[in-house]
Amino acid sequence: MCKAADYLSKDTAWCAGCGNFAIREALAEALAQLKLAPHQVLLCSGIGQAAKMPHYLLVNGFNGLHGRALPPAVGAKIANISLKVIVESGDGDTYGEGGNHFIHTIRRNPDLAHFVHNNQIYGLTKGQASPTSDEGMRTAIQTSGVILPAFNPLAVALVMGAGFVARCFSGEKEHLLATMKQALEFPGYALIDILQPCVSFNKINTYAWYKKRVYFPKQHEQKDWNAALTLAREWGEQIPLGIFYNVPRPTFESRIPALANDHTPLGTRPFDPASLASIQNEFL
Amino acid sequence: MNILIGGAAGQGMETIAHLLGKALARAGFGVLAAKDYMSRVRGGHNFTCLRIEAETPWMAEQTTQLLVALNEETYNLHRRLLTENGKIIYDPELFSIPTNTGNLVPLPLESLSIKAGSKIMANTVAVGAVLALLNQETSLVETLLLETFNPELAAQNIAALHAGYNAAAKYCDGCFSLPQSGKIGQQLYLDGNQTLGMAALASGCRFLAAYPMTPATGIMAYLAEKQESHGVVVEQAEDEIAAINMALGAAFSGARSLTCTSGGGFSLMVEGVSLAGMTETPLVIIMAMRPGPATGLPTRTEQGDLEFALHAGHGEFPRAVLAATHLEDAFYRLNKAFDLAEKYQIPVIFLSDQHFADTARTVPPFDFAKLNYERHLLTAETLIKPYRRYRYTASGISPRALPGQFPNETVLADSDEHDEDGHIVEDAETRRLMTEKRLRKLESLAHEMEEPCLFGEQSGEVLLIGWGSTYGALREACTILQNKRVRASHLHFADLWPLPAAAIKALFPHFKQKICVENNATGQFAALLRRETGLVVDREILKFDGRPFLANEIVWEVEQDV
Repeated sequence: MCKAADYLSKDTAWCAGCGNFAIREALAEALAQLKLAPHQVLLCSGIGQAAKMPHYLLVNGFNGLHGRALPPAVGAKIANISLKVIVESGDGDTYGEGGNHFIHTIRRNPDLAHFVHNNQIYGLTKGQASPTSDEGMRTAIQTSGVILPAFNPLAVALVMGAGFVARCFSGEKEHLLATMKQALEFPGYALIDILQPCVSFNKINTYAWYKKRVYFPKQHEQKDWNAALTLAREWGEQIPLGIFYNVPRPTFESRIPALANDHTPLGTRPFDPASLASIQNEFL
Repeated sequence: MNILIGGAAGQGMETIAHLLGKALARAGFGVLAAKDYMSRVRGGHNFTCLRIEAETPWMAEQTTQLLVALNEETYNLHRRLLTENGKIIYDPELFSIPTNTGNLVPLPLESLSIKAGSKIMANTVAVGAVLALLNQETSLVETLLLETFNPELAAQNIAALHAGYNAAAKYCDGCFSLPQSGKIGQQLYLDGNQTLGMAALASGCRFLAAYPMTPATGIMAYLAEKQESHGVVVEQAEDEIAAINMALGAAFSGARSLTCTSGGGFSLMVEGVSLAGMTETPLVIIMAMRPGPATGLPTRTEQGDLEFALHAGHGEFPRAVLAATHLEDAFYRLNKAFDLAEKYQIPVIFLSDQHFADTARTVPPFDFAKLNYERHLLTAETLIKPYRRYRYTASGISPRALPGQFPNETVLADSDEHDEDGHIVEDAETRRLMTEKRLRKLESLAHEMEEPCLFGEQSGEVLLIGWGSTYGALREACTILQNKRVRASHLHFADLWPLPAAAIKALFPHFKQKICVENNATGQFAALLRRETGLVVDREILKFDGRPFLANEIVWEVEQDV
């Protein structure tokens, strides 16, 4: 069995103090505690600092295109239903460039865990507004401050019918680990929006800024969709953390005929073209 | 024998053509049905040309012996193409034709349909009428109706069929004589999209992600219908970007994967093509071409995206480009596309077009035993530990393992430049080595390309050069020219990239006039030939009005010079 340290394969290229470190360590710990061997896990990502995660964890990885972390994950899961599929990318990749896939993947409800590193800024391109940047944030591009309202990923996820919707903070690592484990075991699409400071480019949403605002709501009923939506919309002086909603519904895979009674990967099922000759009879 | 069936979308011309085509195919005739339709669900002007011969025709013909005009527009647009002894079936209660030179077959199609049970069977009435004029029995169509509809609807349609048959029989008793049937043995009757769908399924394709786009949607429809019975997964993606990326994910974890689209959708997929090149993920992409730019002519045909297919995707990486020429070949060639994709771990673009996709023909049953199914995967015996996805090899092909295939071995694919393990790197040396590794695959890939097929002598006056779906028109044009004692040959390319150039280099000096015939405005294949071989054709015959070449058009053009 692997220990958490066994998954931490390489040195990272992240800045000292980056929120990504805690996320990486929590995920390694979650995989170890759930006894998931490296070859059983597939980590898909797009492009960005967060999307480098497949290089820093010893598991299978598909580090694809910017904004396109989800579609390969869905395809890979269908082709091999026994893989534990995780998607990890940043706020720009997931909610900006990949917004359409975010919406439609939630509708599909494939069994995958989606961990979004949300630092409210574009880090890799050195500090432009992201879809989750708060109004008024000044950058080299948004010179008079962001004029668009911030994208609310958790509210969107709830409205689209996501079964598992949670918010974590990289500064609350134990809570992050526990929530990740639940997301990984949730049967269906599970989203954790993980607040994470960018120490180099986001001078507003710092570690201290988050620390001051995050709190754990008392007595929240995870099956209450309206209560979940209220929490998802709470942002400002108080930012709630936790699993806001947790109600499974049938997964995408469970509704695909080819996967209903056979969990053999699609690619390794025996096949002989000659055995299919009779399919042309419909054209006789 | 040519029959043109025309009307507004929604009048059921396709049903008429399908019933007649399939029945005549079962009766042992060689049949071809070419569709010409507009991008609308109701109204407009759509028609199908049905050609019936003793042997399977290669192309539709311009003139017609029998015009089935379901509306006045069909009559106005096509009456000039009627041959001298041709006949026109029409409904005099819908519109009138002023002068009758003995060629009119006025039938109250709609009234007869209502009498048989409902208004919507006017097309079945027309089928009965056509059978009467062709001196054919109704029994084969009756069988088809019984196969298609529930007993009650079938009975109504059979009544409508008989009504049309009896009404038309009064006008002429066997106006037309069909050629002798049974010469070609049992035949399939299907179109290009069905052929490609079936070839994909029989090649072991297990996953198709696509976004519906004319004229490629038929491939999706074929495979979607096989989901329950044959374990293939078809996912209608939210857009073409998702489609290609899903297909790549499925390929990465081991499924033989496919996506299909037309030029506009392929435009959205292009970054994914580049990703397939960089991650060395096998993928077959069928691009059914239609005229662009932009939305262009959505339901028409063109060979305008050859250069696009050759160059799509940023960066330099190996790919193969193959084309559908005719049904008999395309079935096996798509199988080759799947094999090349996995053997070389590259994207393979398979070019089709609306003309190929929508034209139905009779063809002999396919030999499924000829299809190749080899996955080119690493086995436990050949695994070298630790597994490295991008291991340097002499051929440039790194042994391919799937995630989860081997305990304790992981597989990492990366769209960034990477080292042998798949980890992101930026150093100059690795970059150079990896680029060389990927491009090295082209050397052996080039040897897999089939030389173009030659119809006719190895020397002569005229060499007609074509590629893709113009095969039928060129083949027929060549035969017509040969019958006119023009020493013409026809050289046709199906494997396009890497371009197999040996045959054409050898043939070029032995023909007086080398003519490249293409369904586009800029002569894209001629340009490719020039670029790769230095060979310059003497003339280009180009057609870019959204319609396929007809054989006589090519003959006419060639005769201007000979």
